[in-house]
Amino acid sequence: MTPQPPPRTFIVHVEDRPGVLSRVISLFRRRAYNIDSLTVANTENASLSRITLVMAADEREARLLEANLYKLIEVLYVEHATPQGQVSRELALIKVRASEETRPAVLQVCEVFRARAIDVTPTSMVMELTGAPDKIDGLIEMLRPHGIIELARTGTVAMARGPQSPLTALLETPPPGKAA
Amino acid sequence: MTRPGASPKTEQLTPGSGLSPSGSTPERVPGTAKCTGAEIVWDVLASEGVDVVFGYPGGAIMPIYDAMHQRSIRHVLVRHEQGAAHMADGYARASGKVGVCLATSGPGATNLVTGIATAMLDSSPIVCITGQVSSSLLGSDAFQEVDITGVTLPITKHNYLVTRAEDIAPTLREAFFIARSGRPGPVLVDITKDAQQATTDAALPPRPVLRSGYRPDLSPSEASLERAAELIAAAERPLIFCGHGIVKAEASALLMELVEKTGIPVASTLLGLGAFPALHPLSLGMMGMHGEAWVNNSIQESDLIIALGMRFDDRVTGNLKTFARKAKKIHAEIDPSEVNKNVTVDVALTGDLHKTLTGLLPRIQRRTCTRWVEHINSLKGTASVRDIQYMPHNGRLHAAHVIHDLWWLTQGKATMVTDVGQHQMWEAQYYRHERPRQLITSGGLGTMGFALPAAIGARFAKPEEEIWLVVGDGGFQMTASELSTCAQEGIKLNVAIINNGYLGLVRQLQQLFYDNRYSATPLHNPDFVKLAEAHGLMGLRVSRREEIPDAVAQARSSPGTTVIDFRVEQEDVVYPMVPAGADLDDMIRRPEPGNEAQGTRQWTSGAV
Repeated sequence: MTPQPPPRTFIVHVEDRPGVLSRVISLFRRRAYNIDSLTVANTENASLSRITLVMAADEREARLLEANLYKLIEVLYVEHATPQGQVSRELALIKVRASEETRPAVLQVCEVFRARAIDVTPTSMVMELTGAPDKIDGLIEMLRPHGIIELARTGTVAMARGPQSPLTALLETPPPGKAA
Repeated sequence: MTRPGASPKTEQLTPGSGLSPSGSTPERVPGTAKCTGAEIVWDVLASEGVDVVFGYPGGAIMPIYDAMHQRSIRHVLVRHEQGAAHMADGYARASGKVGVCLATSGPGATNLVTGIATAMLDSSPIVCITGQVSSSLLGSDAFQEVDITGVTLPITKHNYLVTRAEDIAPTLREAFFIARSGRPGPVLVDITKDAQQATTDAALPPRPVLRSGYRPDLSPSEASLERAAELIAAAERPLIFCGHGIVKAEASALLMELVEKTGIPVASTLLGLGAFPALHPLSLGMMGMHGEAWVNNSIQESDLIIALGMRFDDRVTGNLKTFARKAKKIHAEIDPSEVNKNVTVDVALTGDLHKTLTGLLPRIQRRTCTRWVEHINSLKGTASVRDIQYMPHNGRLHAAHVIHDLWWLTQGKATMVTDVGQHQMWEAQYYRHERPRQLITSGGLGTMGFALPAAIGARFAKPEEEIWLVVGDGGFQMTASELSTCAQEGIKLNVAIINNGYLGLVRQLQQLFYDNRYSATPLHNPDFVKLAEAHGLMGLRVSRREEIPDAVAQARSSPGTTVIDFRVEQEDVVYPMVPAGADLDDMIRRPEPGNEAQGTRQWTSGAV
């Protein structure tokens, strides 16, 4: 059996137009890939959006997907990020059972993970946590015995380290994926 | 953000067909007064050099049809929108220009889908303009509303929904540019009815504003050209693969120069046939599933493959694990996503083939491949003897005879359009295509029903040429209603129905791999002669080989479309054949002479 390929992060810089997201996602859909996480929002430039997409793919698949993403007219630049070269964060809201007796224990765990309580009722709390995805996984595991009522995760957003934006570079030279 | 692509070279931007209105000057000078969105559509078409459109009217595209009056662009009324898309495609393939089709919303638009997918898989530049319900009704499941941009998302190079009259001109400009540049392909522009009706004084943009994300103008790096030249100099058993890209890039002359300089033999894909002349001594003919054994065996023995404008489709390679294992591979291809997709290559020359070959040729030393070519030629012997064409015949009619005699009687000069199936493979094997765009056929999607409408499109692209379409009895019936279009438009075509009473290629697979269980492949056909006559066209029937010349002569001399019903041997099989997924040289070969109807089901590997 072939081992499951590692998760990869693609950061896709696109024009902010109707239908762009479905074009991008359609590429993954037609190859029957399962997307682990997807986040989309505007950027500092109102005409551009940024898609961060995490999925399992081997090296060859990743390269082909990148080339196919570049075939979309609205795609400006694709970053094929590596864990070493990027920072990535995710936001989670976790609604957990917490009675008067268990509340201190819940808060104690959350303090270790630097999560914040943003809503409290006599029987529940909503915690907010930002961090790397595996840190969020860790908190969820710790809270699970208390009883998780509801869980909302945003999916990963990622950014390359260092002073440059790939779009700054794009202004000067064509992106590597577009040249021979 | 400043657009990175805002100031590229002018020649990148100028549409190939020129920007000034040609002979078809509209009544008004565009942009000087208020005009409707529908009028703008025709202004842009005229300025893009469009002389014919294929379409079918309906409620949501009525304003565009209404604005068609007093235009000098010819409109061809089809009988089904699938026909319109294939006609635009056939026109594009025959002319090298962008083909245009029109359809209304909903069912009109969805009927285009097969034609659009066909154009997509064969990289054919077409622009499809569809009407859409008014923008206030969008998304309400209004009468004849369908989300056609959503439907065609995976089968268009790009598509648009236009809801404002002022967006029509720039969008259509961009659509034409995208359709014809880079790796060509179909572009769909869906225009709401209110946008067609609204007036605007926006001037016609002189050229498309290039989107920053679209960079079709690739060229290979100097380093990869150098490396390719080194490999070519060092190879002892090199082969050139000639693909559709040679046709698209108009690079046949450069390919010839490369071959004359190096003596490297040329194998062709189905869609590459004609891009290198079939009668040239270094032309090997078609490779792949129904390619000749000497071609496929040569591929497996070669030490260098120079693949030009082809994409290593599974019909070409057979089993990828064993495909050309001894060969290094150079892949010249305009679409970066095709490089290393099916076959891992040693050198990628990503970019326009014209530029690639222009860059490569000066780096190549003059050389010959005499011993290698002699070896390949020595493989031809027995295979040719078993060829049905060389067997003694008893007057009965084999499809191979029909194609061979057509080639002979038309002096090899006709533009050939085929449908999909056994007849398509026989056409590819027995007609000798000498020039690019001489063969028009659906390769990638394998669309039955393609031939008749595509031939109508080709007729408008090549009004002076003799056009024959070779079509099976199955595929012909998928779009036979377009005979009515031929009659109404007064179009001269020669239709050769290769009628064996079966869905032949499927039956062949049943014969070879499903123990002769002919499940749903026998066809009860109409009388094709009467069908032609019902349309006011001439119909002829041929059932013996001796009758071919007379029938062909009658068809050629008739001023209108003629349908010839060739009643061929019913259970003939296309040989040779690489079964799907088998190794390229593990072929089912032609049968022994005298046994042609049964065929050999013996598997012979390796040598001839």
